[in-house]
Amino acid sequence: MPTQMTNSSSITPPKRGFMQRIKHHLNELIVTAPSFLWMVIFFLIPTVLIFALSFRSTAPGGGIGDTWTLHTWQTISNPSYPEIVWRTIWLSVVATFLCIVISVPCAFAIARASKKIRHFLVGLIILPFWTSFLVRVFAWKTLLHPEGLISKLFITLGFIQPTEQLLYNSGAVLVVMIYTYLPFAILPLYAAAEKFDFSLIEAALDLGSTPLRAFIQIFVPGIKAGIYSATLMVLIPALGSYVVPDIVGGTDSEMVGSKIYQRAIPDRNLPHASALSALLFLGVLVPPFIAWCFIRRRNINITETEAVEAAITEENKRNKSKGGVRK
Amino acid sequence: MKRMQNHSKVVLWAVIIFFYLPIIILVVNSFNADKYCGSWDGFTLHWYEELFRDREIWHAMGNTVKIALTSTLSAVILGTTAALAINKWKGMIQNAHYGLIYTHLVLPDILMGISILLFFVAIGLKQSLFTVYLAHTTFCISYVAMAVLGRLQDFDNSILEAAQDLGANPWQTFWKVQFPNLLPGIVAGGLLAFTLSIDDFVITFFVAGPGSDTLPVKVYGMIKRSPKLPIINALSTILILITILAVVASRMLGRDEKKS
Repeated sequence: MPTQMTNSSSITPPKRGFMQRIKHHLNELIVTAPSFLWMVIFFLIPTVLIFALSFRSTAPGGGIGDTWTLHTWQTISNPSYPEIVWRTIWLSVVATFLCIVISVPCAFAIARASKKIRHFLVGLIILPFWTSFLVRVFAWKTLLHPEGLISKLFITLGFIQPTEQLLYNSGAVLVVMIYTYLPFAILPLYAAAEKFDFSLIEAALDLGSTPLRAFIQIFVPGIKAGIYSATLMVLIPALGSYVVPDIVGGTDSEMVGSKIYQRAIPDRNLPHASALSALLFLGVLVPPFIAWCFIRRRNINITETEAVEAAITEENKRNKSKGGVRK
Repeated sequence: MKRMQNHSKVVLWAVIIFFYLPIIILVVNSFNADKYCGSWDGFTLHWYEELFRDREIWHAMGNTVKIALTSTLSAVILGTTAALAINKWKGMIQNAHYGLIYTHLVLPDILMGISILLFFVAIGLKQSLFTVYLAHTTFCISYVAMAVLGRLQDFDNSILEAAQDLGANPWQTFWKVQFPNLLPGIVAGGLLAFTLSIDDFVITFFVAGPGSDTLPVKVYGMIKRSPKLPIINALSTILILITILAVVASRMLGRDEKKS
């Protein structure tokens, strides 16, 4: 992330001539405008539309009506929605938690491996992540299918009754969510574990700590930054899940994403779909906000030093460029 | 320490088996004569034969390639200029610029899909291959910009100063000094954008119109409706093969670069 702490006025030396200043801004405008305008038209305006259209009436033929109304938001609070919202939250939170619990030992194992094996292991973790998302979800559908391998195995072992379904329930959704999001958790945790000083664990063991205690009290806090980013990397897409509940879930494991799709495409009730999307949008802003509060409160000293350091390097850069390029 | 390592290794290998087992079973089942893939009924290429006879799949494949090529090309240009602008100038405009590109990466796909659909409906643009192209270019820009920005941040700006001190004009400085240095970042971002465009389902599903189905949209339709699951196994196997080849190829390219 670039450190963006200065404003344009400090970059433009005040003694410059009027024409030069215009030219400087014109250059910026020419390079910035294409991508900036593209993102405003195809990202910012559509995002604002999500909120705006949720206050529009529904046209009878499907689509968007001409008048403003609060009706859609009133129907959102009807009994079936709070249940779906609640399910979306608990499925996402449990999936995120389990992903992290599984990924922490993985990150430990990869970080402790020799350099050559480390690259190989990271490659092994990334490769399935490159195969089509739909294909991976579909693979689970065939496994959990009543005639599929896992169902047959479980029936033989007596885990389930032959009449029981493994597919189309919240359990299946949870397993497949963990399957698809696990690489998102392993990679940031590994990045953090790689920088971890493992002699700290040896010190703890020498001082008489049990291995488990050293792992939980030394290693886990040591990769805290990785845990924060892994949580966000899994939780945000999990909250917006649509494909997983749609393919391996049933009617009692629908999530907000499933409802957005149903309202937007088969029902063609766009105001309703936008109200649900607005809700999801606000929902995905919550986890980063909490993380931000946490980081701010805990490491306030560190962030301040970092800010000062960043300011100094920025200043140096600017002095250099004043003497060089921008003269 | 040794014991901790052994325990964590067990978890790691269990996870790797968990990752690969479904995929391996899927590939094996694409050659399985049994329609429900419950047991092994003998080797067959029947499902592949049926797959190659399906014209709609070839049509969807063509759409996928068209979209991936055009949107990657547009995104490579727009993403690179975006990264250059964000890196060079500071201030409110560039903060907003960076914010837009970064936020787009973070938000769930379904929000991107629904918002851009609402936009197309609001301005009265009919859903077609063109709307798919617009949507794909939008998310590809973010990936390319991030890859190029990463490269720019490692770049030593004093080289540019040296070039200018030695009399190069800004145009020459860019094309002869900065651009060759950025090229690996641009290629990496472009490859990433290309793969993600080929793989994208959720966003495409919202903005695709009749006849503009891409391969993932077609596969989804088959998963939901087709009674012949093994055909999807065969198609998935081909997709997996293409992915592995692409990853291996890009690794080999990367290795060559490092050597030279």
